[in-house]
Amino acid sequence: MEWFSQQLINGLALGSIYALIALGYSMVYGVLRFINFAHSDVLMLGAYAAFFIAPAIEKIIPLPSLTGALLVTLLSALICAGIGILIEFLAYRPLRSRPKLTVLITAIGVSLFIEFTCQHKAVFGADTKPFPQLLPATDFHLAGLVVSSNDLVVVLVTALLLAGLWFIVHKTKNGMAMRAVSFNQQAAALMGVNINRIIAFTFGLGSALAAVAGILYALKAPGIEPLMGVQPGIRAFIAAVLGGIGNLPGATLGGLLLGLLETFAGGISGLSSYRDGIAFAILILILLFKPAGLLGKATVEKV
Amino acid sequence: MPSTINLQPSTALAGAKRWLLAGIVLAVVVSLFSAQFNRYYLGIAIDCGISIILAVSLNLINGHTGQFSLGHAGFMAVGGYSAAKLTLVCSPMVPDSLKPLLFLVALVLGGCVAAVIGLGVGVPSLRLKGDYLAIVTLGFGEIIRVVVQNMESVGAASGLKGIPKYTTLGWTFALAAVTIYVIASLVNSTYGRGFIAVNDDEVAASSMGINPVRYKVTAFVIGAFFAGVAGGLYAHHKQFLSPTGFDFLKSIDIVVMVILGGMGRTVGVIIAAILLTLLPEVLRQFADYRMIIYALLIIGLMMLRPQGLFTMGQKKKGAAAV
Repeated sequence: MEWFSQQLINGLALGSIYALIALGYSMVYGVLRFINFAHSDVLMLGAYAAFFIAPAIEKIIPLPSLTGALLVTLLSALICAGIGILIEFLAYRPLRSRPKLTVLITAIGVSLFIEFTCQHKAVFGADTKPFPQLLPATDFHLAGLVVSSNDLVVVLVTALLLAGLWFIVHKTKNGMAMRAVSFNQQAAALMGVNINRIIAFTFGLGSALAAVAGILYALKAPGIEPLMGVQPGIRAFIAAVLGGIGNLPGATLGGLLLGLLETFAGGISGLSSYRDGIAFAILILILLFKPAGLLGKATVEKV
Repeated sequence: MPSTINLQPSTALAGAKRWLLAGIVLAVVVSLFSAQFNRYYLGIAIDCGISIILAVSLNLINGHTGQFSLGHAGFMAVGGYSAAKLTLVCSPMVPDSLKPLLFLVALVLGGCVAAVIGLGVGVPSLRLKGDYLAIVTLGFGEIIRVVVQNMESVGAASGLKGIPKYTTLGWTFALAAVTIYVIASLVNSTYGRGFIAVNDDEVAASSMGINPVRYKVTAFVIGAFFAGVAGGLYAHHKQFLSPTGFDFLKSIDIVVMVILGGMGRTVGVIIAAILLTLLPEVLRQFADYRMIIYALLIIGLMMLRPQGLFTMGQKKKGAAAV
């Protein structure tokens, strides 16, 4: 029982991070119908942004502290929103009317470009760097369980961001336009929605979430390196498909489920070395038996 | 995109046969002199041959049949490991005179094991399209890598060492010629028009009595078979296999060869395979920038010439050029 609760807590924390990243994939898929492979690299850039901003902030507000951490996260999210919009503008917008595969391969190219550029010694270098302590970290001992404050922060921040995102998507004008674009791009354009602006907004929003996820991930990881986004990125993408891609509650559910499954599998000794394969096995199973995902609606191809 | 279909493939077939014969003779003749070649250039030439097999076999799946596989390195890994394991176990028991036969058996075994896996990947492809299929094949490739990484019998993460060096220039280019011949004549045959039909329009093809499911699975099985053979050649060329050598990037390499050459263009894909194998050697002094240039190449290609560099004015999407 103790083991179970401990894995549950760890799984929820990991799943929350996956959920944050998965939302970015899902939103972009919703408006543009393609997989933004570079999303996982935006996550990495978010962690690096925090890495470079933290020392500068520290001169004004001492770190680790709550206000300092908030400021660092906010600035990193802003920077990443800019990067996301820039990627869309430079790489995806010129290809919008092209076949989906062309855009997909371009996205892979953009992802490789960011990864290899950042690995170059003149940029970040390929080595692992220690991530600064943004928040005071303590472990709580509750009835034999160890809960780190970082895990609590992760779950809390995710819940807040999800609420915020729900508000943006359902209660604001931009959110309504986003839903319209994802429902039918041409009809939305005819109704006076500025498609380019909404797509850029979606990229910015998704990238900002990725930046926060990157920082949360870095808090738990031993350090940051240019390829740190690849594994959580792939997991999050699978989470998005698991929940039903394009469906925001689905992405959250998928993220949490995947985080839990992976943590529990990792806790079982025989399965732990297959952790990397588990996510993909789930993906293949879900696509075979319920390709629309858990919460997605099946669509019929019209001829 | 509709395409005019050449209903008389026999002339193309005869031409292909001549090419095959010429290719194999050339390979044998060249390999007779290979002892005098610089070992460095010889190694690169063998790399080129292996790349050609990989690219041409992926071209059947991605180019001719219009599927999108990102897991070709996985098939290569399966074939390479199976073939290497067989020769490692059997080579002490086999007399020297029978070694070439053993190698052939190992390569075919590697190909067959990869083909079985290809069948496993082909089945989900019946239900999936485009980017979903890409992700599933990527997933299959990764699962194969994770499984290999955990298999003690093939050296797990530290790799499989001491594989005998059986791969020669002759073997490589003879098998490359066979691959090109089999796939080109398959696509140019009456049966093989189905691959192109499935690519052009699946719904139209199935209403014409073509079974898209069968063609897609066939493409995956045959493509995987040759990738497995290429893996066997690779294993007996490098004499060392490690699971990290068959990661996502390796699959991307092969995909880029097919895109650069032009999806479904055999000649273009062969040229692209050779060029992209030579590129890292030429860029050796810029090794730090090599992968950045590579990524920019992919993006630039997609923006400016998504149909490939070596399409040589062919407007038809159908009929595979030999």
